[in-house]
Amino acid sequence: MAAVSPLIRATGLSKRYGVRRVLRDVSLTLGPGEAVVIVGPNGAGKSTLLRILATLVRPSAGTVWYFDTPGLPLAQIRRRLGFVGHQTLLYEDLTVAENLRLYAGLYALDNVAARIARVVELLGIAHLAHERVRTLSRGQQQRAGLARALLHDPTILLFDEPDTGLDQQGRQLLHALIAEHCQRGGAVLLTTHAVDFATTVATRQFQLCDGQLWPLPEGQAASPIPAPVGGDHVRP
Amino acid sequence: MSVPSAVRQLAAVVRKDVVLEWRGRELVSGMVLFAVLALLTFNFAFDLTGVNRAVAGAGALWVALIFASLLGLGRSASVERMHGAWEGVLLSPIDRGTLFLAKLVSSLLFLGLVDAVVLVLFAGLFGVPVLRLPVIGIVALGTIGLALLGTLLSPMAATTRAREVLLPVMLFPLAVPVVIAAVRATVLVLTEQPRDAWAWIQLLAGFDLLFLGVGYLIFGAAAED
Repeated sequence: MAAVSPLIRATGLSKRYGVRRVLRDVSLTLGPGEAVVIVGPNGAGKSTLLRILATLVRPSAGTVWYFDTPGLPLAQIRRRLGFVGHQTLLYEDLTVAENLRLYAGLYALDNVAARIARVVELLGIAHLAHERVRTLSRGQQQRAGLARALLHDPTILLFDEPDTGLDQQGRQLLHALIAEHCQRGGAVLLTTHAVDFATTVATRQFQLCDGQLWPLPEGQAASPIPAPVGGDHVRP
Repeated sequence: MSVPSAVRQLAAVVRKDVVLEWRGRELVSGMVLFAVLALLTFNFAFDLTGVNRAVAGAGALWVALIFASLLGLGRSASVERMHGAWEGVLLSPIDRGTLFLAKLVSSLLFLGLVDAVVLVLFAGLFGVPVLRLPVIGIVALGTIGLALLGTLLSPMAATTRAREVLLPVMLFPLAVPVVIAAVRATVLVLTEQPRDAWAWIQLLAGFDLLFLGVGYLIFGAAAED
């Protein structure tokens, strides 16, 4: 089988906040069609890793290549990333549609109305499009945040606990979105505490513990922590 | 980055800021209220007669404008941080220089409104003829200088817990040339010495140009992690 170029190739990532080491020598690749899930306890460094990959935080050491091209301009990378974090990243005094219109402007998208209609329909929040974000429930806000992340048709989705606040129907929707995105050649890297959710969506799983990344063999639950394994994904 | 894209991005940010301010009415109303209270206090505290009126009045005008600006710029940055909204903007491919210009335009829109109210009120309370082109021009140049510094520094200050204290601490030392030049130029124009005011006006304009360039170039480093 011909080798497929990774969409993300992170090598030797470390991150320090003062004396505290949050990530230690983490290496990871994310290829087209992959849904990589990272599980781990609170404070393990999952969010920091995703924020580094989303270009929000600079690593203390290590490199990240996107689309197998070193030195790609940040604007080109950001145009193809979709990020969902712990917060909605939405202005709560704007409506869902106004927020999406803002992002359409920031990404300089065309066919704005059609794109907004598509994503709010996709996320099941079309009836809430003209409601202010502050009036929505946590789950509805999470759906609006997902709509924001999908608006510009990104190639890589970086989801930090995207199932937070979602009901069963919302989780099924998220599962379907991830599966469809991977089928279209995109890639998803997500963190979650929900082991059952991780198992159903993941093509590969890792556990992040004390800033170090460990691969989980197929079908294995997130704990206990497995022994370190060699290979290009791990630098123990 | 094509110009139409940059213009669309700039317009999107400014439109968002205007809609948010229209909904909340927090920034402009807070700044105006502060400036009005400051002017009223000065009006009752000092005997502003004769030449003293123009000299002390210019000081009072700029104290009101500077502190009202600080209040608004600090609040504006705090609103951006709520619910990670600012991170959402930073995640987008908008050029950081364009983002700086967009935030600057928004700040100038709001500060311009405050300036207009303050100048009218000042003219009424102090009986000083400030509603004329030279004074309005000086106020505009001074406001642009403060807005440039505030736009550049407020994202940095907003990431800290002591944001309300840190913004003035960072801004005041850099704003010293603006404050001195604006007050001196205003005094000289109000005391009918416009020729002497020219050098101060040039200093204000030079400062604005310098920090427009600096802000455009380094806003990315100031706004990001």
